[in-house]
Amino acid sequence: MSNNNGTLLEVKNLRTYFETEDGTVKAVDGVSFALQRGETLGIVGESGSGKSVTNLSIIRLVPNPPGRIAGGEIVFAGQDLLQLTEEEVRQIRGRRISMIFQDPMTSLNPFMKISRQLMEMTRLHLGHNKAQAYEHAVKMLEMVGIPDARARVEDYPHEFSGGMRQRVMIAMALSCEPELLIADEPTTALDVTIQAQILELIKKLKQRTGTSVILITHDLGVVAGMTDHVVVMYAGKVFERAPTRELFALPGNPYTRGLLRSVPDPTAEQGKLYQIPGLPPDVAHLKPGCPFAPRCDRVAEICRQEFPPFVQLNAEHYSLCHFAAEVYRESQKESSTSL
Amino acid sequence: MTESPGLMQSAPPRLTTLVREPLVAIRDLKVYFKAGKGRIVKAVDGVTLDIFKGETLGLVGESGCGKSTLGRTILRLTEPTAGQVLYRDQDLAKLSAKQMREQRRHLQIIFQDPYASLNPRMTVGQIIGEPLDTFKLASGTEAERRVQELMETVGLSKRFVKRYPHEFSGGQRQRIGIARALAVDPDFIVADEPISALDVSIQAQIMNLLERLKREKNLTYLFISHDLRAVRHVSDRVAVMYLGKLVELTGARTIYEEPLMPYTKALISAVPVPDPEIESQRRRIVLEGDVPSPLNPPAGCRFHTRCPYAIQSCKEVEPALVEIKPDHFAACIRISPDQPDIDRVKAGEAPGLSA
Repeated sequence: MSNNNGTLLEVKNLRTYFETEDGTVKAVDGVSFALQRGETLGIVGESGSGKSVTNLSIIRLVPNPPGRIAGGEIVFAGQDLLQLTEEEVRQIRGRRISMIFQDPMTSLNPFMKISRQLMEMTRLHLGHNKAQAYEHAVKMLEMVGIPDARARVEDYPHEFSGGMRQRVMIAMALSCEPELLIADEPTTALDVTIQAQILELIKKLKQRTGTSVILITHDLGVVAGMTDHVVVMYAGKVFERAPTRELFALPGNPYTRGLLRSVPDPTAEQGKLYQIPGLPPDVAHLKPGCPFAPRCDRVAEICRQEFPPFVQLNAEHYSLCHFAAEVYRESQKESSTSL
Repeated sequence: MTESPGLMQSAPPRLTTLVREPLVAIRDLKVYFKAGKGRIVKAVDGVTLDIFKGETLGLVGESGCGKSTLGRTILRLTEPTAGQVLYRDQDLAKLSAKQMREQRRHLQIIFQDPYASLNPRMTVGQIIGEPLDTFKLASGTEAERRVQELMETVGLSKRFVKRYPHEFSGGQRQRIGIARALAVDPDFIVADEPISALDVSIQAQIMNLLERLKREKNLTYLFISHDLRAVRHVSDRVAVMYLGKLVELTGARTIYEEPLMPYTKALISAVPVPDPEIESQRRRIVLEGDVPSPLNPPAGCRFHTRCPYAIQSCKEVEPALVEIKPDHFAACIRISPDQPDIDRVKAGEAPGLSA
């Protein structure tokens, strides 16, 4: 592999824009982060934050038109994916980078037996012959915990339950042993006991195969249990980036702080929940200044005038806020008094 | 005897510490659907439950457990197959369609997808005002004033009165749905997954709004959700359903901290906690397999196919909901009031059977 420092993926100043009747929507606007080999990176955000578009950009699946990658670099194992031809990207997509989505039905072909769909992948990418591909398909279904895999491989997608379908999806995504798995809300449509199964499965497979994972989710509980690093997105920007424990213990951005406080903690007795007022912004009509300013509880005049700086708070901890250092200090104070 | 609906009917789950009157009393309610080829889905199969005046009763369970059907049946949006729904001493299940419409003044519902439940061709003002007209509660300028007041109550600007649902975000649409439900000044609201479709920062807003309205308007809620964190936060008591049956019922804190029945234990342990320190130390009970099809539920205890504690008797005996601890009901033959902790019950024993 062409890495020298353990970095598998580096997204640098990515900008993905959409042309709409409403004008240019800067869905992703200057996003940067890095993913180390063997790590899980969580990307958290609400709808419209740009978290899914970021990942569609990584695998070059942004619908064009209306979308286009307007700038930046996506360096995967030493190669800038944005410089590759469509054909070269196809060699990587599915083979070295694969994806699972919230609704597996959208990525499984309803008219094709699972066996054929799994075999297509490895015949194309790994050069398997028919017999090898078939055996590999059965092996993958077994690995993701489908009971009676040898029989079920002949079924169609609709014959599986939601949880089982997501397992099939994971089997398909991992069948070529990708270096990077992008999981976009993989458990959002599932029941909580099934969610636990799938998350446990992703963890286990990650340990076994060494695959790096990007986990996109709105669920801070899932992030807490699954990830090493977190990127918090809002209005197409990275608002905060930190190792997971640090982010939860010492958030350095008012949006992250608000988000953390607005989630009910089942292990604690809480009164009224903290609530972030207002609505997420319309990315097509962002005003100057900080996009979170209209909802921020510590907004000052400067926030409405100037776009905030991306402030480094700790070795790997950054926050997009005029008052990042102050917010960080407050978090430190709170965490020391709560101990 | 463990399987005795009659017994359950005479001793419904009740809070004994607080003497409270049930606002809605559900008695042995059954809702069956025909599923073609002569098959029947028992979506709700013999549920007995009191909802006390002024409480928020959380109703949780996974998809297909019957929780939404139960909620809809209380309001007769779905017709019951058998059983009673008592409200102010009358059985809603037996009312004529016309009589039931009258009762909907007092019993309202909020849906998960507020967009699907709002008429896209009506303005917000018309949507919220419609029930006022239907029930002849107000008209003309009085109705307009009420609509504005309701919009203010739920945190919508009065300026939006002439706008259409599609011009609003999910959270705002949910506020419209809540305002419409409040228009008739109801006693009781079924909130069916009211926050599931909303963004995290908006979920807190809606939960806080529902809690404030409850205090201000003396409402009683049945809060249906698969989100146990939200249910834990808003509810006084929580009822757990599995494949059409009530399997556990107790206070919101107790159900989270000391669940008794193995399914509830697994459900609680599966809930991700937003704290990496806690998450790294947690031992999860990961259930094997899927929820069985409600078309063909397992015999005996319906959970036995996935239950790590299941023994032979669990496949044969349908457990009744028993008061294992004060105000804490659970349906499991492997525990009893004398031996409430299933982990301490000897292998193969079913103390609930001999009780």
